[in-house]
Amino acid sequence: MSTTTMEPQGPRPTRLTPARIGVYAFLVVSAAFFLLPLYVMLITSIKPMAEIRLGNLFSFPLAPTIEPWIKAWTYACTGVNCDGIKVGFLNSFRILVPSVIVSIALGATIGYALSFWRPRGANFLFAVLLLGAFIPYQVFLYPLVRMLSTVGLYNSLPGIVVVHTIFGLPLMTLLFRNFYAGIPIDLFKAARVDGGGFWAIFFRLMLPLSTPIIIVAVILQVTGIWNDFLFGLIFAGRENFPMTVELNNVVNTTTGEREYNVNMAATILTALVPLIVYFVSGRWFVRGIAAGAVKG
Amino acid sequence: MATVSIRDLEIDFGTLKVLKTLNLDIAEGEFIVLLGPSGCGKSTLLNAVAGLLDVTAGQIWIGGKNVTWEEPKDRGIGMVFQSYALYPRMTVKGNLSFGLKMAKTPHDEIEKRVAKAAKILQIEPLLGRRPSELSGGQRQRVAIGRALVRDVDVFLFDEPLSNLDAKLRTELRVEIKRLHHELGSTMIYVTHDQIEALTLADRIAVMNGGVIQQLASPKEIYRRPINRFVAGFVGSPGMNFVDGTLALGIGAPGFVLSDGTRLDISGYEFSGDAKDGQPATIGIRPEQIELKEKAEDATILPIHLNLVEPMGADSLVWGHVSGTQFAVRIDGDDHVATPATVDAFFSPSQASIFDKTGGARL
Repeated sequence: MSTTTMEPQGPRPTRLTPARIGVYAFLVVSAAFFLLPLYVMLITSIKPMAEIRLGNLFSFPLAPTIEPWIKAWTYACTGVNCDGIKVGFLNSFRILVPSVIVSIALGATIGYALSFWRPRGANFLFAVLLLGAFIPYQVFLYPLVRMLSTVGLYNSLPGIVVVHTIFGLPLMTLLFRNFYAGIPIDLFKAARVDGGGFWAIFFRLMLPLSTPIIIVAVILQVTGIWNDFLFGLIFAGRENFPMTVELNNVVNTTTGEREYNVNMAATILTALVPLIVYFVSGRWFVRGIAAGAVKG
Repeated sequence: MATVSIRDLEIDFGTLKVLKTLNLDIAEGEFIVLLGPSGCGKSTLLNAVAGLLDVTAGQIWIGGKNVTWEEPKDRGIGMVFQSYALYPRMTVKGNLSFGLKMAKTPHDEIEKRVAKAAKILQIEPLLGRRPSELSGGQRQRVAIGRALVRDVDVFLFDEPLSNLDAKLRTELRVEIKRLHHELGSTMIYVTHDQIEALTLADRIAVMNGGVIQQLASPKEIYRRPINRFVAGFVGSPGMNFVDGTLALGIGAPGFVLSDGTRLDISGYEFSGDAKDGQPATIGIRPEQIELKEKAEDATILPIHLNLVEPMGADSLVWGHVSGTQFAVRIDGDDHVATPATVDAFFSPSQASIFDKTGGARL
């Protein structure tokens, strides 16, 4: 009697097929492709300059040091100031927090109004808003500079917050409108019969339901605004330059030798916030991309 | 308790006329069922009464007050939805008290009313739970409770039982009827389920194409449908329809089937102006046919039987009359041999005859 052939029962045994091996090979190669630059940056940032000059890009540091990190943070020179990029870090936070809060609050409110209250021309307004998301930013730059300086907001913290809010609005509105489009309209009707007004329904009923989409919105806005360079450079003003602009200044300010280790450390410091956000929220981020698709 | 009066109501969605000059007067404490197929405008009408939909023309009066432009909360109505529409993040108690909080009711009054509603609906043990922790039947009770606590004059039900399984549906149906007896409130109930309509309603408004086809008591709707649509929509299994022509010339009035069989229809009360030789359709309900014995005023109807469908309490025998599909309901214990051609009997006074082209009752 043959013992190799088994009567099929229970779960089907999984086998390692060539297709599966191919998939894993591809994943390993692409992971290496994206991780290698990070590796080089990390080890370069803890090498002393003497070792960097040897030119062994991939070799592990013989005498690791955190001095470049300290210098990048506290006393690297950006132009004439030598205060490190900690100034930019604080500026970025001062820009980030109000911009994220205001843009999400507005986007949620408009998305809610468009989905449930359907004012006359709601669809037209939504189409215009969406169209706005597809027009290149560069087109708006000069008019916006003129407009902000007319109202006295140019080169100021409120100015850059306004700019981030305006440019974040189409995506935020789209995100929230689509999310609310998925909530049964009966829920809204029931609340209206119960006597809920515009704000009561929004705050008591809709916002408590919106946690997932708010998390997605926070992720998108935090990474987007933190990574912004152009608006910060143009609208924030010299005292409020965000970290990205400061980083550029650190890298471009050279007196004598290029300090690759300091530059690398400063870059990693700047990238740290989005990096942490991505690591902590990978699952939510994918949801955000899916939710951004137009539906309803 | 309040009267509801809908006067010349019209509702358009763009170019689509959903309701066409609709009039409906509902007495105090009456239970009205709006019955009709999907897209007939019954839910639209209910939403308009609730104030959730702007009307194109006409007026809505509740309790002797013109509420056409009023907000939903000012109309003295409570609404129960098919999807329950419970607020997901609130407990049952939060759901029940939301409306009262919106109306700025004093705290102890809220407690009192919630406790009372919970007692009536037997949901007291559930007050601390979230909607996701409730079964379908419990959710619908809470939804009814939400209307109950607000002490409304008019209850609006939008297909409240359609999402429940058959057993629960029967249970809750009885409960809604009991509730109506206890509260005596005016109730408007939308459904496409004719059993719900027949069991619950004081009067049924059968709707189709944005028009009320017939507004009458369940018995009248069932016995004397005003047109072919109402006759076909109400009753399950549906009424049998056989085409033919009227023969009102000499002798007893007759109905001639397409195969030449002449049925004696003396005893039938014509309500329209029937003409001799007019093409018509005769409608007979499956339970109005007798296979065994002939009643006194019964007419013979030859029928070819070919299939028996046992349904427990009774059986459905399928066959043909003059080439048209025909069903007969018999007692579940009776036995019928198939296939066979037999003489069946029906009483013309119970049948309905409709104009073949327009469908109006003759």
